[in-house]
Amino acid sequence: MEGIVYLYVFVLAAFTGYEVISRVPVILHTPLMSGSNFIHGVVLVGAMVVMGHADPDSPVQLAIGFFAVFLGAANAAGGYVVTERMLAMFKSDKKKGGA
Amino acid sequence: MHSNLFIDLAYVAVAVVFILGLKAMSSPVTARKGIVWAGWAMVAATLVTLFFPGMQNFALMIVAMLAGASVAWWSGKKVAMTDMPQMVAIYNGMGGGAAAAIALLEFTKGEVHGMVAAALAVLGALIGSVAFSGSCIAFAKLQGIMKKAFRLPKQDAVNIVLAAITVILGLAIISADHPGMGWIVVFFILSLILGAIITAPIGGADMPVVISLLNAFTGLAVGFEGYVLKNPALIVAGIVVGASGTLLTQLMAKAMNRPIRNIIFTPITGEAAEG
Repeated sequence: MEGIVYLYVFVLAAFTGYEVISRVPVILHTPLMSGSNFIHGVVLVGAMVVMGHADPDSPVQLAIGFFAVFLGAANAAGGYVVTERMLAMFKSDKKKGGA
Repeated sequence: MHSNLFIDLAYVAVAVVFILGLKAMSSPVTARKGIVWAGWAMVAATLVTLFFPGMQNFALMIVAMLAGASVAWWSGKKVAMTDMPQMVAIYNGMGGGAAAAIALLEFTKGEVHGMVAAALAVLGALIGSVAFSGSCIAFAKLQGIMKKAFRLPKQDAVNIVLAAITVILGLAIISADHPGMGWIVVFFILSLILGAIITAPIGGADMPVVISLLNAFTGLAVGFEGYVLKNPALIVAGIVVGASGTLLTQLMAKAMNRPIRNIIFTPITGEAAEG
């Protein structure tokens, strides 16, 4: 039964993802790609949980966990900075254009 | 892994804000607000996770987080605006790598229980590894490190054979009760090679579409590993990105007047001009 609940979550999340961006203008394609790149940076949370439950006496486990957290944090932080910079530029351009 | 109600509710809130943020980012007026909301949600998700039951290894974990975040933050801040696409590629690859590393660690710990979890862990590992190595190649191409399109002789045959071996190995790992670490490592290496050789022949002009596709891949990998960890925040955020990324890839390809199939497969058959 639990498996079916997860299947519902998968299916509904997929529909949500599709719906949420279905009317994006062409000019926002790249920033939106960057923005969704930031959102899957939530993988950091998963990396923290697996590293937090790794055996402290196993260097191999700690090394893989360290690698996972490092990469996850870089995905989240880098994704944010790049997206924010793109959208900041976009907004000021828009203001100039509208004035 | 046990959780508690407060953390679970916080994850629900984070998932909602991510979706609203993504929605806001798809309209010019609200786009800037969208990324800021999502940013705060990410901070909240990270802080809440520090209180996850049974967590250890905090010192090393915080060092890893600060190191990863500061390297990425600094490189993202100083990069020229024109070099943005390759930065998106490399950060995306890191996300894929993180998802693959989660699967590797769960297998190492022997904590992948049941056929469905094993299947999704393996699938997430495959997709995550492909996104990781593919994104590194995309970065190298756009950064000008890798100037020429690289093509193996009989590339299409090599791709198919390698993909088939990787999938068979993956199925063997899924069906084994206690898969040997050696096979798992070989599986990861093959997945990484696969991502690299699929991306290598694609020309620079088509790269944004490829990066978008790899971005959707990472989303799926994150969603699948979210199932392995029974973490709904990862499942929802990952699958939402997987689906929206797939749609976005289609829209981008359409805007370029190039069907995705041509972008991914034509260079392999050698019919397309290179970028």
